[in-house]
Amino acid sequence: MEADATRVVASGVRFQRLVAANRRTDIMMASIGILVLMVASALLASVLVDLILTGWPRLINPDFYTNFPSRKPEQAGIISAMVGTALVMLVTAVVSVPLAVAAGIYLEEYAPKNWLSDIIDINVSNLAGVPSIIYGLLALGLFVYGFGLGETILTAGLVLALLILPVIIVATREAIRSIPRDLREAAYGLGADKWQTVSHYVLPAARPGILTGTIVGLARAIGEAAPVITIGALTFIAFLPPPPVQSTPPFVNFDWLTSPFTVMPIQLFNWVSRPQAEFHINAAATGVVLMVMTLAMNGLAIYIRYQLRKHQRS
Amino acid sequence: MQPNLRPITRETTDVSSAPGDSNADLHRHQESVPLPHGNRADVRKLSFWYGKTQALKEVNLPVVDRKVTALIGPSGCGKSTLLRCFNRMHDLYPGNRYDGEIRLYPEDENLVAIDPGLVRLRIGMVFQKPNPFPKSIYANVAAGLEVRGIKKRSVLDERVERALRHAALWDEVKDRLNGSAYGLSGGQQQRLCIARALAPEPEMILFDEPTSALDPLATAKIEDLVQQLAGEVTILIVTHNMQQASRISDFTAFMLMGEMVEYGNTDQVFTAPEDPRTDQYITGRFG
Repeated sequence: MEADATRVVASGVRFQRLVAANRRTDIMMASIGILVLMVASALLASVLVDLILTGWPRLINPDFYTNFPSRKPEQAGIISAMVGTALVMLVTAVVSVPLAVAAGIYLEEYAPKNWLSDIIDINVSNLAGVPSIIYGLLALGLFVYGFGLGETILTAGLVLALLILPVIIVATREAIRSIPRDLREAAYGLGADKWQTVSHYVLPAARPGILTGTIVGLARAIGEAAPVITIGALTFIAFLPPPPVQSTPPFVNFDWLTSPFTVMPIQLFNWVSRPQAEFHINAAATGVVLMVMTLAMNGLAIYIRYQLRKHQRS
Repeated sequence: MQPNLRPITRETTDVSSAPGDSNADLHRHQESVPLPHGNRADVRKLSFWYGKTQALKEVNLPVVDRKVTALIGPSGCGKSTLLRCFNRMHDLYPGNRYDGEIRLYPEDENLVAIDPGLVRLRIGMVFQKPNPFPKSIYANVAAGLEVRGIKKRSVLDERVERALRHAALWDEVKDRLNGSAYGLSGGQQQRLCIARALAPEPEMILFDEPTSALDPLATAKIEDLVQQLAGEVTILIVTHNMQQASRISDFTAFMLMGEMVEYGNTDQVFTAPEDPRTDQYITGRFG
C-alpha cells in the first residue's frame, strides 16, 4: 500500500518535469520567432524611414508628382514614370489574370493525371523561380524583335504578365484545392456537370485566394526593373502616352499601347546612378512612392480577402 | 419477404419538359409500367475497386420502391461504398472501377454503365456532414433546380417552398430565406440539405449516415422526416446506428467485409436473422 503511494507521487514529479521542459521549449521557440520577426520588421522600417528622411524635401513638393524628368534635379518629377507604371500594370493585369486563372482551373479540375500534366505541373512551379532578367531576354528576342512590338508599353506589360503568370497560377490552384470535398460532392450530387460545379460553387469559394494571389503577383511586377530595362525602356520620357479614353467616338484609344514609356523602378535606377547628390534625393522619394504603392496593393489584397471571407461566412 | 406488386402510377412532375413533348410522353408511359417485383433498383453481382483494393464483392440487393432500405454493418464493410455507387460519386476520383450491375427501373438501365451526370440528375444524395453551399437558404434549395435549367422565378419560388415544407424546415426559415445557410444550426442545415435533395423531385434519395454529426433531438427530427418521405420517394440509408435502422427502415441489409450477408424485412433481420454473423452483430458481439 505504502509502496504504491510512493510510486504515484514519483510519476507525478516525473510528469511535472516533462511539462516544465515542454514549456521551456515553447518559450524558447516563441522568443526566436519574435526576434526574427523584429529584425525583419526593423530592417524594412529602417529602409522606409531612411528613404523618407532623405527624400522628404521632394516628397512634400507637389511639383515632384506633376513634373516630367529634368536635367535639373530640383525640377525633376515622376509623372511620366507613374503614368507608365499604371498603364504597364493595366496591360499586365488584363493579360495575366484571365490566362493564369484559366490555366489554374484547367490544371486543377480538368487535366487528366498523367505524365504530361505532371511535366506541366513541374514547369509551372519552376517558372516561378526563373530570374526576371531571363524573362527580359525572352521578351527582347520574342516581343521586341520577333513580333516587332518595339520598346513599348505593350511589350513591358506582356513580359511582366509572363513573369507573374506562375504566381497567379499557383495561387489559383491552391485556392481551388482548398475547397472542401464536401462542397464539390454536394454540387455533383445535385446533378451539376463539371463546368456548373466549377463556375457556380468552386470559383466563388476560391475567389479570395485567387484575388490575393493576383494582387501579390501585381505587387511583384510593379517593382521589377530588370526585365523592363532589358527590353529597352527609356529612362528620360518628357511626355505622356496618348490617353486610353477620349471624348470623341469610339471613346477608347489603343495608341498608348505602342508608346515609349518609363516606369518607377527605372526612373529610380536612373537617378540613383547619377553622380549628383541632388538626384539621390529624387531617387529616395521615388523609392518611397513605389513602396507605398506596393504596400497599398498588399493592404488591398488583405482587405478584399477579409471582406469576401466575412461575406461568405455570415 | 413479399414486396408490393402494385403498379407505379405516379405522374412525373418534370416541369422542364413541355406538354406534348414526345420524350415526356414516353417517360410518363414508362412510369405506368409496373416495376419488376415492386423494386426501384436491383443490385446484381456488383463489385467495386478503389484502385487495386476490392471494396465490394459481387453484392446483390433489391431496393424496393418508396420504402426505406437500410444498409448496416461495421466500419469498413462497404456500406457507404455501395451507397455512393448509386449516384456514381466514385467517378469523381481517379482509379475506381465498377463491375456488375445496378439495374434502375422502370427503364431497366444499368446505372453503373451510363453517364454519371444522368444518374445524379435522377438520384439525390444527403451526406454525412451537413454540407450546404455558402449561399442563401433559398439559393441552396434552388440549386438543383437551376442545374436542371429551371430559371422561372415563380416556379422556383413554389418548388423551394414545397421542398422546405417537405423537409419540415419552412416554418423555421420562411422569414429569412435570403439569409446565409451557415446561420442555421447543424440539424437545420441537414434538413436544408434534405430539402435541397428533394427540390428536383428525384426518384431515389441516398442518405449517408445523415445523423452521425447531429445531437439526439436533431437526429429524431431527421428520422421522422425520413419515415414521412418514404411514401413518396425511394430511400436508401446507410447507418451506423442499429436502433435507427430498426426504427425507420422497412428493409435491412447487413454487410460485412464487402459482402452482402443478409437482406430482409427489418423486423425479420432484427428478430430472427438467418445468418449467425448478423445475429452476432445486432446483439453487439462485434462491430
